[in-house]
Amino acid sequence: MMLVEVKNVFKSFGDLIVLDDISFNVDKGENFVVFGRSGTGKSVLLKCMVGLLEPDSGEIKINEKSVLNIPIDELNEVRKQIGFLFQGSALYDSMTVRENLEFPLIRNFDFSPDERLEKIKDVLNKVGLEKAIDKKPSELSGGMKKRIGLARTIITEPMLILYDEPTTGLDPITTKEISQLIVELQKDLNSTSIVVTHDLICAKIVADSSIVLKNGKIKFEGSIKELEESNDNFLKNFFSSEIIETADGE
Amino acid sequence: MENPEKNNPFELSESLTNFFKTISDLTLFSIRFFKIVFIPPYEFAEIKKHMDELGIKTMPIVTVTGFIIGLVLAMQSQPVMQRFGAEAYLPSMVSLSVVRELGPVLTALIFAGRVSSGIGAELGSMRVTEQIDAMEVSAINPFKFLVVTRMLACTLILPILTMYVNFLAIMGGYFAIKLSTGTTFQLYINAIFKSLEFSDLIPGVLKTFVFGFIVGAVGSYKGYNAENGTVGVGNASTSAVVMSSLLILLVDMVLVKLTILIWA
Repeated sequence: MMLVEVKNVFKSFGDLIVLDDISFNVDKGENFVVFGRSGTGKSVLLKCMVGLLEPDSGEIKINEKSVLNIPIDELNEVRKQIGFLFQGSALYDSMTVRENLEFPLIRNFDFSPDERLEKIKDVLNKVGLEKAIDKKPSELSGGMKKRIGLARTIITEPMLILYDEPTTGLDPITTKEISQLIVELQKDLNSTSIVVTHDLICAKIVADSSIVLKNGKIKFEGSIKELEESNDNFLKNFFSSEIIETADGE
Repeated sequence: MENPEKNNPFELSESLTNFFKTISDLTLFSIRFFKIVFIPPYEFAEIKKHMDELGIKTMPIVTVTGFIIGLVLAMQSQPVMQRFGAEAYLPSMVSLSVVRELGPVLTALIFAGRVSSGIGAELGSMRVTEQIDAMEVSAINPFKFLVVTRMLACTLILPILTMYVNFLAIMGGYFAIKLSTGTTFQLYINAIFKSLEFSDLIPGVLKTFVFGFIVGAVGSYKGYNAENGTVGVGNASTSAVVMSSLLILLVDMVLVKLTILIWA
């Protein structure tokens, strides 16, 4: 059953066309990877899906409800069902880990303080950072910040989780750990994930299906295995240790 | 050789356009504040937290400034007043100057320098590190949580700081007069109460609510709309101080005329 429908989405900033007629669907329970080089509009696509940016044209539906041109209250109802892990984790600097995790629970749900604490301990246990509960974000390493960001994303048990470059800047081992955590959490919560990345390790571990963006257009659609086996020079470049010349020089 | 860019009329016109655009954006930003300030949920804990922080942050510098304003004003005025045989009016002169103008305006300018830049930098860094976006995506109104609370805290704390500065400046004035003329505290206070009326005190305090609002609004506006990474954060912080100080002085000019019309 389809959960996300993106149809003919265009987005430009001035003369720069970032998304050029993008269409794809994501099914419930699927781990969908948006793959591509830096600056190809992957993050813009995610931000359009949660209403942080507005496409110039096109349609985006989540759970059969359009997220474009709707009142903010309605958009917020859709947002409550979505988790978003930002590239830099975006933890609130002035708050402790506990307060970061508590923040959406206090404002959007009616949990008692005990229930909140139980949920916080539960998600921290899932990401393996129970001891960090009273730490400030500035006391955490990059990998730990990602894990806490992930904990904040899943604490509301969203049906759709959007990951914006979840492994950027991490070492290969932490990258594998975070990627495996994404898969585990998806199974655990029975949620759907859209992962934007240019990291091959992450894509290989996470993806059920994928698309590759190039110059704002979808260049490839299929599984990572199909992507690996492709004869297209641009796609080969993602797997090759050498730079393979492409017809358009990109 | 003459620099062709030096007297370029289009450059001036662009600066003016930017200035008026900023003013209009700031006005819309303030209207947005009034539109949602009375709508629940009310973030009382957050407002109190900001008031505590802002008050504590500004307290040391306004303490020193307040005392010195009164002291220097009395020391500078004393020889002049003596020349005209009006030395007895020195306490009245000090208290009236402080309560009506110097106290509110200088406190507001110090507050702007200390607080507006801090708010600009804090919100600016939250903007460039996507913390504000994260809040928005969590279905929480970041304007309400971050901006409204800070603007309210600034609006409410500045009048309290101003009254504190007024008190210290009057004490500073007494210290200077006591050293030069040996006037007793009783006599000094009596002279002040004889000349000072509520119509002197009220406009001075009332306008600090406006100044506090300006400091909160400008700092929040600059930080909330910061872009271009860390450079943008620096710009937000610096321009917040410049703009809020300028606006305080401009608005003071209008408010002085207004209060004279109302309370004269």
